[in-house]
Amino acid sequence: MTKQSSLFKVDHEDFRDENPFMEIFRMYLKNYSAVLGLLVLLLIVFISLIGPFIYSVDPFEMVWLPFTHPGEQGFILGTDYLGRDLLAQIIHGGKVTLAVGCSAALLSVVIGITIGSLSGFYSGWIEELLMRITEFFQVLPTLLFSMVIVALFGASLPVITFAIGIVSWTAVARITRAEFLRIRELEYVTASRSVGARDIYLIMRVILPNALPPIVVQATLMVGSAILFEAGLSFLGLSDPNVMSWGAIMGNNRQYILQEGFVLMYPGMAIFMTVLAISLVGDGLNDSLNPKLRKR
Amino acid sequence: MPDPILSIKNLTVVFKTRSGDVPVIDDVSFSIAPREILGIVGESGCGKTMTSLAIMRLMPEQGKITSGSIRLSGEDLVVASEARMCGLRGNEISMVFQEPMTALNPVFSVGEQIAEVLKTHQGLSNSEAREHAIELLESVKIPLPSQRANDYPHQLSGGMRQRVMIAIALACKPKVLIADEPTTALDVTVQAHIFELLHELRDQTGTSIILITHDMASVAEMAERVMVMYAGRKVEEGPVEEILKNPLHPYTQGLIRCVPHLKETISPERKDLHEIPGIVPPISHFGRNECLFAPRCCFVEDRCLNQRPLDSKRAAKHLTACWQENTNFEKVFA
Amino acid sequence: MQFISLTLKRVGFGVVLLLIVLILNFFLMHLAPGDIADTIAIDAGGADEEMMDAIRKDYGLDLPIWEQLLKYLAKVAVLDLGYSFYYNISVTDLILERLPATLLLVISAQLLAITVGVVLGVIAARNPQGITSHFVTVLALVGYSAPVFWTGIMLIILFSSILPIFPIGGLMDVSIEREGFAKMLDILHHLVLPSITLASIFVALYSRLARASMLDVLGSDYVRTAKAKGLSEFLVVYKHALRNALLPVVTMAGMVFSGVISGAVLVETVFSWPGLGTLAVQAILARDTPTILGILFFSSFVVVVANLLTDMLYRIIDPRIRTSND
Repeated sequence: MTKQSSLFKVDHEDFRDENPFMEIFRMYLKNYSAVLGLLVLLLIVFISLIGPFIYSVDPFEMVWLPFTHPGEQGFILGTDYLGRDLLAQIIHGGKVTLAVGCSAALLSVVIGITIGSLSGFYSGWIEELLMRITEFFQVLPTLLFSMVIVALFGASLPVITFAIGIVSWTAVARITRAEFLRIRELEYVTASRSVGARDIYLIMRVILPNALPPIVVQATLMVGSAILFEAGLSFLGLSDPNVMSWGAIMGNNRQYILQEGFVLMYPGMAIFMTVLAISLVGDGLNDSLNPKLRKR
Repeated sequence: MPDPILSIKNLTVVFKTRSGDVPVIDDVSFSIAPREILGIVGESGCGKTMTSLAIMRLMPEQGKITSGSIRLSGEDLVVASEARMCGLRGNEISMVFQEPMTALNPVFSVGEQIAEVLKTHQGLSNSEAREHAIELLESVKIPLPSQRANDYPHQLSGGMRQRVMIAIALACKPKVLIADEPTTALDVTVQAHIFELLHELRDQTGTSIILITHDMASVAEMAERVMVMYAGRKVEEGPVEEILKNPLHPYTQGLIRCVPHLKETISPERKDLHEIPGIVPPISHFGRNECLFAPRCCFVEDRCLNQRPLDSKRAAKHLTACWQENTNFEKVFA
Repeated sequence: MQFISLTLKRVGFGVVLLLIVLILNFFLMHLAPGDIADTIAIDAGGADEEMMDAIRKDYGLDLPIWEQLLKYLAKVAVLDLGYSFYYNISVTDLILERLPATLLLVISAQLLAITVGVVLGVIAARNPQGITSHFVTVLALVGYSAPVFWTGIMLIILFSSILPIFPIGGLMDVSIEREGFAKMLDILHHLVLPSITLASIFVALYSRLARASMLDVLGSDYVRTAKAKGLSEFLVVYKHALRNALLPVVTMAGMVFSGVISGAVLVETVFSWPGLGTLAVQAILARDTPTILGILFFSSFVVVVANLLTDMLYRIIDPRIRTSND
């Protein structure tokens, strides 16, 4: 960089030579709680993926008496109402919870971006129609609707994922639309338009990349809320009976709150820690992706 | 000159910033007599608004008065309790702000907002306050005052809102009214009406007015005396006619040159407007022991960069802070 | 006049939304594997094809689909949501019986969440670096991240098991017959834990929002004007600032209402609260489709009404909308 240009770009001087991802990453690392959240999240993912191979107790097998207390008989977290190893259940449950959470979030982000960008890019009847659809999904009591879908079409993982994704996209759509409304008026969009860029090009290559930061943050948070959603459905008994998930462990042992609270405490704690970690990551991303904060 | 109603002595206000404490108002003294209209002029960021907020003791949190006194009829406001300040604000000393569009609370009717100040300071009942509020709306020349009293701010034009602000400010017949760029956000025609109104109200109530503005033309129209501020310091002070005729500080000269019609004597044909080169120094430079205008000044000499010029008296009631002994207009732009 | 026509417009839109819910309901019923005939057949312990056809004809299932839809809509218009074969009662009666308990829970939780959230938010905004401000930040994270049913269970363990202060669940103590005031107190006693649990998700949301909007308002010009008028700090904050700062909170309260209903399903299940949520869960486990869809419709109705009410409240607080001339 020549001396002269650095004179004029004082504001960005520090970051000029860096790749933007490094810059964001560096900002992110300055935020301790976000780093902590990321580490906890990585640990949880690691345990969920590798754990079943290391701790190979079958989560469905009755290994001892029901409600063995944590630490007794070598069961670190004790056993559930059927005498199944709670630690094995939590380790195995993580995989399902995370997988459903991520894929449902992905689905809702895809729907949300599609609807949000179209309703933000076009005006007239397309916008009107898509806005009404969005409002409709905001009015629909989400959990009840998902329950209905799962009840009618069967409690399998794909149905559950669909049932969560289909009701969770409104926030993404709202944010995407707001960004599109803002960006579509900016000069570089007008410039692209004036040289004859097609709509699809404008949406995908010109506006969307610039709209991404808040969408990325929202998408991260969506994973957390999808996990909560899945846990809620499973807790109500609407889970795939063939797989173990954190919510299902709690749902299975629901009747025994007063007698044996620990069986309900640990899986709930796992959900809580996971979602908390994701929230911290989301907040951290929000700070490091927000250019206003970055300048300070 | 009669005893001043408000006298500010060696006022220094320090802002906490990341690069340390910075004096945004640096050892400023001035005073205002009863019924007088004083203009404070300068570019944005020169400390005009901060001076008025300091007088009201409404500075932002990071600002602090570190020395000096602000005496209102002899009482030092710098050391007054917060409760005492509440009793004075809007009552003895009040303020009209720059942005009439946002300075009124959108969720209360304008009548309520005027009545509130009467209830607070004069203990009027609801109905008395309302009645009086309508009279005040009438006195600021708002048509159909009893109907307008029920209107909400968004239903009024900018000029009308500013009249409401003036009604609020003058409701308790304060000793001093600070008008901070009261017409900047308004149309030029509306500006003239507001000035006329302020003049009239001053004549009726005897309130002293401090008019803060960046525009020498407004000062020429409104004020009797003027104080020019630059980078938190007073650079020149004197009667309006004197300053306009014989500005001593290069900054004042520049401000006057910015206004087209004030100096028709320069040349009968249309001349290019002159601007002052450069910009106000960054806040981190404030408080340095040098003339802060030096980088923009065409008379700059070594002394200006090494020592802060202090007020020196050049004529009766005419002070300036410049090392140049006899700068004057012809020399600057010859 | 403005107010009425706008309200009518909102009502009309609400009706359209509910209509869409019904149409969706109808197609869900048809898309799902199995129909009423199957349900009845299973209920009756089996039936032959002939009988099944008779049942289908009886219920109009042999008609073209749009005719069935119209018939369905016509029935709903007179509040006939069908018959629950599981409970042997009409779905409308069943829902109306359970609705008050859910409304009690949802409304008390919302009021609690808004009150506590706004108070915390205002305290935090007045001292952005203070302890409450940090508490609000942490609370927002925790409230969002903790599964609501887990919060409920933890509260039961703490306050019903370890410290037996509150009942573990239910709407009232059925072992003792109570009347009037005593009955009301008993219900309130049972309401404490469920409403705190349900409020816990939203306290975080409201406090964070109230903090942000209060900070915004406290920096506004009109608050400075209020101070310049010589009003006390208290009046400035609670009269001039708060009313403006409440506007986004009211908007949010309307927006999250469907989320509150979702939360209520889980909270009711944890606390055996005899409302629509527990009914929905039971109906789903019993495959009682008319009841499930009836609940979906009714809760959408509640959300629409809640949205209308918050909309009106907003216009009462904000004269800019109330008196706008365009």
